[in-house]
Amino acid sequence: MKKKLIALTLAAASVLPLAACGGSPAAENGVVNVYNWGEYIDMSVLEDFEAATGIKVNYQTFDSNEALYGKLANGATGYDVIIPSDYMIGQMIEEDMLEPLNFDNIPNFSDVVPALKNPEYDPENLYSVPYMFGILGIIYNPGMVDEGEDMETWNVLWNEKYAGDILMFDNSRDTIGIALKKLGYSYNTTEAAQITAAVDELVAQKPLLQGYVMDDIFEKLEGENAAIGVYYYGDYLTMADNNPALRFALPREGTNRYVDAMCIPKGAENKENAEAFINFMCSTEAGLKNCEETWYSSPLLSVQDSLDPEVKADPFAYPDAAFMNEQCETFACLPAETRTLYNDEWIRLMNS
Amino acid sequence: MKSKAISFPYVGWMGLFVIAPILIITVYAFTSATGGFTLANFQDMAQYASAFGRSFLLAAVATVVCVLIGYPMAYYLARETGWLHRMATMLIMLPMWMNFLLRTYSWKFLLERNGLINAFFDLFGLGPFQMIDTQGAIVLGMIYNFLPYMVLPIFSVIEKIDPKVIEAAQDLGANSVTVFRRVIFPLSLPGVLSGITMVFIPSVSTFAISRLLGGSKTLLLGNLIDMQFLGGAYNPHLGSAISLVMMVIVMVCMALMNHFGDGEQGVTL
Amino acid sequence: MKKNGILSRLFMALCFLFLYAPILVLVVFSFNASKSKAVWAGFSLKWYAELFQNEMILNALWLTLAVSALAAIISTVLGTAAAIGFRNMKHRSRSVCMTINNIPLTNADIITGVSMMLLFLFGISAVNGLFGFKWRMGFATLLIAHITFDVPNVILSVMPKLRQLDPNIYEAAQDLGDHGFHAFRKVILPEIMPGVVNGLIIAFTLSIDDFVISYFTAGSQTQTLSMVIYSMAKKRVSPEINALSTLMFVAVVALMVLVNLRQTRQERLAKRQREKLTAQ
Repeated sequence: MKKKLIALTLAAASVLPLAACGGSPAAENGVVNVYNWGEYIDMSVLEDFEAATGIKVNYQTFDSNEALYGKLANGATGYDVIIPSDYMIGQMIEEDMLEPLNFDNIPNFSDVVPALKNPEYDPENLYSVPYMFGILGIIYNPGMVDEGEDMETWNVLWNEKYAGDILMFDNSRDTIGIALKKLGYSYNTTEAAQITAAVDELVAQKPLLQGYVMDDIFEKLEGENAAIGVYYYGDYLTMADNNPALRFALPREGTNRYVDAMCIPKGAENKENAEAFINFMCSTEAGLKNCEETWYSSPLLSVQDSLDPEVKADPFAYPDAAFMNEQCETFACLPAETRTLYNDEWIRLMNS
Repeated sequence: MKSKAISFPYVGWMGLFVIAPILIITVYAFTSATGGFTLANFQDMAQYASAFGRSFLLAAVATVVCVLIGYPMAYYLARETGWLHRMATMLIMLPMWMNFLLRTYSWKFLLERNGLINAFFDLFGLGPFQMIDTQGAIVLGMIYNFLPYMVLPIFSVIEKIDPKVIEAAQDLGANSVTVFRRVIFPLSLPGVLSGITMVFIPSVSTFAISRLLGGSKTLLLGNLIDMQFLGGAYNPHLGSAISLVMMVIVMVCMALMNHFGDGEQGVTL
Repeated sequence: MKKNGILSRLFMALCFLFLYAPILVLVVFSFNASKSKAVWAGFSLKWYAELFQNEMILNALWLTLAVSALAAIISTVLGTAAAIGFRNMKHRSRSVCMTINNIPLTNADIITGVSMMLLFLFGISAVNGLFGFKWRMGFATLLIAHITFDVPNVILSVMPKLRQLDPNIYEAAQDLGDHGFHAFRKVILPEIMPGVVNGLIIAFTLSIDDFVISYFTAGSQTQTLSMVIYSMAKKRVSPEINALSTLMFVAVVALMVLVNLRQTRQERLAKRQREKLTAQ
């Protein structure tokens, strides 16, 4: 028996040295703890940052704004940089969860497209620096839907013909938002009746769905395991890379344009390192690398200028102002009672 | 070594990390976010009655299937002689050395529309079937993950049955069905009971399996609790109340079962 | 008992197929040249090479091994001591202790997890408030949680061995002039050693495999391998994880086979010796 134990320890020991050779560079200038969305960065940018500044990056990922909020609400301090979306930033500002940024340490902020500065969710632009933006749409496989099917409408997600082949978001804001648009309401409505009506639509839709997904949509659509899903244009480009048959459609009822921005949570211990990190992410090289890895739209002028002209001309990736005003609506931060309603209604949907 | 003082460190540990957390969760369940005493958390729970029902139903189905598969498996393994018998425990435990989330994730690819199982059916011109993201897939995930917990205790109990007892029964004229019904099965009942506990409890409280195989369409108690503590619906007071109620129901179920099980055993013996 | 027929053999084969099919899929796709789990793009070892470049996974592996080994060792010491102490208690207090000891075993993991999380949050904010510390959940809370669910298993594994122990042995040792710890080490420990080692292995296995309790008690900075896999499983598990799991799995299988071979050889040797003895 003793021998068994020794053998086990030896086996464990044989794995350990391998683990050690992944080795990290000495953290001579401290660390920065980054909490980002999954599949949302070119990992080599982190190494570039470490090499350039001597600051060690601890990198972790989340998969929804709600999960991020849950972690922070739980008193999970210890993050230095977080990258929530627009409406969540608004909510966090309101709940005093963010630290104002020292823009002297972020000179690259000047490179951000003027249209994305001073956004609704952060009107004086004290707390956030845009990381990526994009628009939401319907991604589908033409081989799995009827020829000539009208895909440019949210209604197709309620089409019984495609029962079992439809994917929706696994988070309340996006999913309820789609139903609100289908009914012709605003994303940012605070009228309880409209929100309840939207969730009723979703309850009716639930039997038609294959599932509520987040990033697992990649495998589902690329592998032709489902026909229709809703996700972001940047992700569509990634998917199309793996399965060229996929198509993107923009519902004419209007859609969501989102911005994800870098923020520093209250109580961050490495604030200056965090600002250095944010600044680095706004450099042309880092921005370009991230852009090419994730296919999302960069808010940096210099990156947009260095892009392949074909990409730059893509109306879905870099839409012009007129299009954005007519077709797109951003999520605003909802008042607290509406957020509670969203939570309750979301649980009603999940529980139905 | 007559002293019991040697166990005091752990007694203190239990007080701090076993008793105290349960007291805290109880306090949370009966208070509101502002700290005052309230029963609102339990009243709010009425709307989740269906999640309770669903969780207990799916876990019960998984447990029953585990008994139906696990019992014969343990029985046959115990009857084997030679290498299979010797390696049985190891073969059943081995899968557990691969991370359970990963094994569950792997089912996803077996069950997908274009997964291996549908590809197999396709050879016979059948399908494709919708298997992933259904309640069936969740139950399958539970059975898959917890079947070893059913087989192992039953196997170890059957294995320990003295062959002389069986021979005695046979000498008294019992045929093999009677031997099984009157001797082996009653003697193996403790194994079955502990297997049921070990399958039912993790099944009824899982949140990862429903998340991975159920497409988030099926809200189970585990998901509900997860949402209250680490999800968007952040409300640890409600979460504590749900946990507490679940804990009590499970405890009552198990106590009833053990009581009933003991009675049964007494009667058949 | 009768021998198994062909049908029961087939049934067992199907059961084992059910248990091992997903593992086979994982192993096969760890050699897939593409990232996809749907399409086989040819044999490749690239995920094994990339695994050793992936710092996030390696850090998580390190942490998991460290916390599991520490938790297993500490809970083996704590649990063995507790089991011996419990034996020396009066019947009443022993059964109270055993009942409490059983709580983590019978409680659902998620309840153990969330209740400990609440305790830690509460305790840490109290300490921070009193002393101005900047404590937060992390390795320490993770370790405490692991020890808490490991110890009951160690106790369950040591108890039967203690029960088999001849009460006279210890007294005999004392009569021969051995005292206290020395007597324990020389007399009792060797007798209960199989139970202790077994408890250690069980504790280590449980800690390595745990997800739910770690998920709630590790805080924001610490991630075990299971947690990394969970965060990936909601999107795309990177094939490096498949590669790592395959390696770990192969290591365990190799170990088990080795142990088994040794045992068989020893048994055979013992048998031969016995035969020799009887022949003489």
